[in-house]
Amino acid sequence: MTMSEALRPTGKAEVLETWNGEAVQARAVPVLPVERFRAVVLEVLRAGGRLSALFGRPLGDRVLLTAVLADDPEGKLGLLSTEVAGAYPSLSSEAPAAQGFEREIAEQWGIRPEGHPWLKPLRFEPPLRAAPDAFGRKDPRATIPGEYPFFRVEGEEVHEVAVGPVHAGIIEPGHFRFQCHGEKVFHLEIVLGYQHRGVEALLRGGPDRRSLALAESIAGDTSVGHGLAYVKAVESLSGRSDAARAMALRGVGLELERVANHVGDLGALAGDVGFLPTASYCGALRADFLNALAEICGNRFGRSLLVPGGVKFDLRAEEARALAARVRASWQKVKGAVSLLFESPSVRARFEGTGTVSRETALELGLVGPSARASGVDRDIRRDHAFGIYRFVHVPVTTAESGDVLARALVRSLESERSVEFVASQLENLPEGAVRTPELPVGPLAPGALVVSLVEGWRGEIAHVAVTDQRGRFERYKVKDPSFHDWLGLAMALRDGQISDFPLCNKSFNLSYAGHDL
Amino acid sequence: MIDILKFRLGYGRQTVAFPEGPARFPGRFRGRPVVDASRCGDGCAACADACPTEAILDPGKAAMKIDLGRCLFCGDCATACPPGAVVFGNDHRLAARSREELLVSKDEPVLAAALDEKARKLFGRSLKLRQVSAAGCNGCEAELNATGNIQFDAGRFGIQFVASPRHADGIVVTGPVSENMRVALLKTYEAVPAPKLVIAVGACAISGGIFRGSPAQHDGAASALAGIPVDLYVPGCPPHPITFLDGMLRLLGRLG
Repeated sequence: MTMSEALRPTGKAEVLETWNGEAVQARAVPVLPVERFRAVVLEVLRAGGRLSALFGRPLGDRVLLTAVLADDPEGKLGLLSTEVAGAYPSLSSEAPAAQGFEREIAEQWGIRPEGHPWLKPLRFEPPLRAAPDAFGRKDPRATIPGEYPFFRVEGEEVHEVAVGPVHAGIIEPGHFRFQCHGEKVFHLEIVLGYQHRGVEALLRGGPDRRSLALAESIAGDTSVGHGLAYVKAVESLSGRSDAARAMALRGVGLELERVANHVGDLGALAGDVGFLPTASYCGALRADFLNALAEICGNRFGRSLLVPGGVKFDLRAEEARALAARVRASWQKVKGAVSLLFESPSVRARFEGTGTVSRETALELGLVGPSARASGVDRDIRRDHAFGIYRFVHVPVTTAESGDVLARALVRSLESERSVEFVASQLENLPEGAVRTPELPVGPLAPGALVVSLVEGWRGEIAHVAVTDQRGRFERYKVKDPSFHDWLGLAMALRDGQISDFPLCNKSFNLSYAGHDL
Repeated sequence: MIDILKFRLGYGRQTVAFPEGPARFPGRFRGRPVVDASRCGDGCAACADACPTEAILDPGKAAMKIDLGRCLFCGDCATACPPGAVVFGNDHRLAARSREELLVSKDEPVLAAALDEKARKLFGRSLKLRQVSAAGCNGCEAELNATGNIQFDAGRFGIQFVASPRHADGIVVTGPVSENMRVALLKTYEAVPAPKLVIAVGACAISGGIFRGSPAQHDGAASALAGIPVDLYVPGCPPHPITFLDGMLRLLGRLG
């Protein structure tokens, strides 16, 4: 059932329908009584809809909650709001996919979701308004993980393993707490927040000269993904569009970023099971795709590629053709290195059945990206809420069924191949014309407007929601990295698994700490 | 097994020629900026107005400087300046020993000086480092990881990232140091046996970078670790692996 069907009996007035990158009047979003808001959101989720974002913004002494619902088969988004003060009955008690969002709202605004099954601080972010702490902490600024109420399994032979925030490798900080019986993991709890830099607060009041670089720094390995979500939001709010040639080059940037990360992670997965040939080759081959990005924009992570209205750099025809040939040649090497991995029986034995996330769990938690697709959940923003070049050129979506490390590795490998094909063919057939629309100063943006900007980053759905004030400045800029959904997927993957499989499982997801913590 | 060996033979040597040979970069790579205030228009501050991180000091004046510690190497200042008072070259040698040495004016680049003889004797041939990501976005972390791969292979210089601060000779800090990471960073530093080095990698760890001024962070390693000296600053957003290697080898007195 689609969202529209789910909503038909109640009438459309309760949800404002829009689509990816379509700005609406912020006031046009229906504000429902909280019980009705809850009922509609739960109904849509039950009917197969998805909670793409849920966020608060201040409204006098109350807080206006807005839900962004995604109807993937129809390519539609639904917006609805409710006003709350102090507390409201939680969605998470019935829809686990809302758990992170409601913890975030509790932390930022001091609004308590009553009946939330896992009401704990999310990222130890200082509150955005003066209100009593929703978690009942004496000092909301107490450092982590000191006052974190860990779930504990009791029992004579049960032991606890604590890892992080400083890890053994060069990895972002996070704290992992395992409840174990011997090697067996009963439960893994993941505490994040160490990376909190205050991105959303810095974006408020923009756009300004910092905004784009900030978006590119939400998750450094997803500079193009988050940067694209940002420029798309600004373009929608200023009535600008990207030039055709720019659209193609943006797609090239986004897919090169995807391939670079997937190839690097396939190498790291090989390293985690001690299969050194692929670990070495893919570690270096990843650089071919990073360097391809640098050939376009001068930066290996695609920083400074994007600008509202287009891209900053163009390629001459022969440069584009040469780059296409290079990317194809690099992929041939990757293919060889990766087939060594998948054809090795010892590797397959370690990958198969390790860290399994069932399709039911993936759906219930609202997983996105390769983590969802590996569990048989067929969702991809490039197809479902197509934007830019993907409205004209379709990249086939790859899924697997088994939900284990092998499935996540296969999905990453197969979708990289399709991305490479896309990149090369785009570079070989770049549309004529300018790479950016005639330069206008950024802003003013439409006043009192709201836009949802979705991008399929390499980890999955990136959602940026920009709301402007009466002067056309960002009154609220909500950022959601795909990792926001998927971290709980990793925790579930470890359940009843072996603690020694944790590094392998972790790498198969390779989620963003910075993107989660903002 | 035979397939693995065949693939290996076809793959060849992957390690970059640097430092014996040339360091190669894509044509559009933005390395050390060159400042020429004589090209500035009267009272023009277009470069500074375009800069996301206030990295340009005294724009339009003879004393104009670019603070590499804040610079993201985005190139927006150069685009905003058609006369070319700011242009980006491809010189990858950016690391410096002090905050002042990161201020670029027209003069010749100040390259990182080597440690004193005693420290070089201790660390020169084997330097083990503990990396602490303190709210880095994973850009610098990814490039530091790359320094260990077969391409850049820091191990051939005896430089290696180790799992425990107890086994390390110093820490490499990335990120602006969030309040939520401050204690962990301090504890990691304290766990490293003396004498020890502190290396700040990336605009965030040097100055707070794009996050400078946010109350959730501390504007970099030097201010978060107040009173603890930083031995090497490696600019960039993120720094190229060769920029990091260059800085490290200069610090160890292994590059002329």
